[in-house]
Order: sequence, then C-alpha cells, then structure tokens
Amino acid sequence: MSDGPAITLYRLQACPFCERVVRVLDEYDLDYSSRFVEPRHSRRNVVKRVSGKRTVPAIVDENTGVTMTESANIVDYLHATYGGEA
Amino acid sequence: MDLGFDVVDLPETDHVEAGETAPDFTRPLVNEEYWEDVSLSALTDDGPVLLVAHTMNGAFPATYTWNEIRDRDWGERFDVQVVGISVSDPYAHTRLIEDRDIDHALFSDPAAGVAAEYGIEHDLDGMAGVTEFRPAVFLVDADRTVQYAWASQEWPEFPDYDDVEAALEAL
Repeated sequence: MSDGPAITLYRLQACPFCERVVRVLDEYDLDYSSRFVEPRHSRRNVVKRVSGKRTVPAIVDENTGVTMTESANIVDYLHATYGGEA
Repeated sequence: MDLGFDVVDLPETDHVEAGETAPDFTRPLVNEEYWEDVSLSALTDDGPVLLVAHTMNGAFPATYTWNEIRDRDWGERFDVQVVGISVSDPYAHTRLIEDRDIDHALFSDPAAGVAAEYGIEHDLDGMAGVTEFRPAVFLVDADRTVQYAWASQEWPEFPDYDDVEAALEAL
C-alpha cells in the first residue's frame, strides 16, 4: 500500500466541499488517492491524527510536506502550488 | 418426523486454482478508519496475501468465518496479510470490522466483478438481482502465484481452516 500518489485526499461521500477540492485536483490533472471516511465526526480519528481536526476535506501533499484542512484554503493552496503559468 | 438436513450443492465452477496467477483487481479496501482503492498486486508487492471471500456481511457465514480467523490469530502468527472480500459496501465492512474485532482490511466489491474473475460467483439463495461471492480462500504469494485455493461446493460450507493453516505454514 506504499508508493501511491503523493497527494492524499480525505473525503466524505456527497460532501460538496470535498467535491470542490476534487474539481481543482482534476483541473490540474493531479494524481491523488481518495480516502473515504464516515459521516460521524467521532469516526474520523484518522483525519484528526493527520490534520489535527476532524473536518473534511483534508489533504496531505507529500510533494510539499503540506497538510491542510478547509476547502477554501486547500483550493487556494492548489492554485498557488500547481496553477503556475502552465 | 424427518428432520434430515440437506445441504445444497452449488453448481460446478471453474475457479482460480493453485499454481495459477491470481487475477489482479482494484477495489475499495476498507480498514477501521477509512477506505481507498487498492490493488491486489499492491498488497502482494509487500508479501503474501490470504484472500478470504465470504458471503455478504450480516448473516452467520461471514460472522463465523471472521470469528475463526480472529481466534486463530493468523495475522500475527504468519507472515501474511489477511484480507477479506464480499459484496457488502464499505460502511457495512466498517461495522463488521468493529463488531467482530477484525484486525484485517476488507475489499468491497458490490458488483461481484472479482467473483466473476475468480470463478466464485454465487446467486445467493435466490435473491433477485444479487450475485455475490461463494465462500473461497486463496493464498497468493509475493509473485501473485496461487499457493492454495479452495472454493465451496456446498452451501453453507466453511473453509477447512486447518488446511489453510497448513498452507500458511508451508509459505
């Protein structure tokens, strides 16, 4: 289970904030793996451990060492990091 | 009064056998915290895999199988990654992992495509529109060669756990 994509997205089914992040990942054609968690916050220990919070989306980017929550922050980060001049 | 008990014979099947290469597949692999798409070959890259196919979570066959595997502690006693597979969805797998105190991850294959690939499909108990896995066990080594294969011929039928254990010892 090693050697996966550098970017891991913690997401929840039918979460619009998660889809917003997915759209930007797709826009820049970034390879990422999705880890789906459960709706109840109490069942999101993995997200808490990784990011310090229980909210999704959360992203871990091994390219830059960045771990981040909150979709607006993540979207800004992706534009700044991968938007470039293409 | 005759209380004779009939087991049901399952149709003959041409399932994956020992010596063959285990077909690769990718499905959501569910652990106690999350699920993500994982391929069988990604697991075998890390060493041998014991793939345990079972009928849908919730009735006694899946429960008994995982209780037995937990009690035999295969994951600790052998250098093997034990993983399950059934048609149950990831949320149901999460519940089974919690309820049965399972230390292993479970693949979710609701459309039973892997069952077709492995020749272990089962039109369970006449439920309309449902095809699932018949109970089956495959021990797959790091080259993805099947070292041991068993698929149920009757319903209900459970793996011969001692035979599986002998195969694990022979790894």
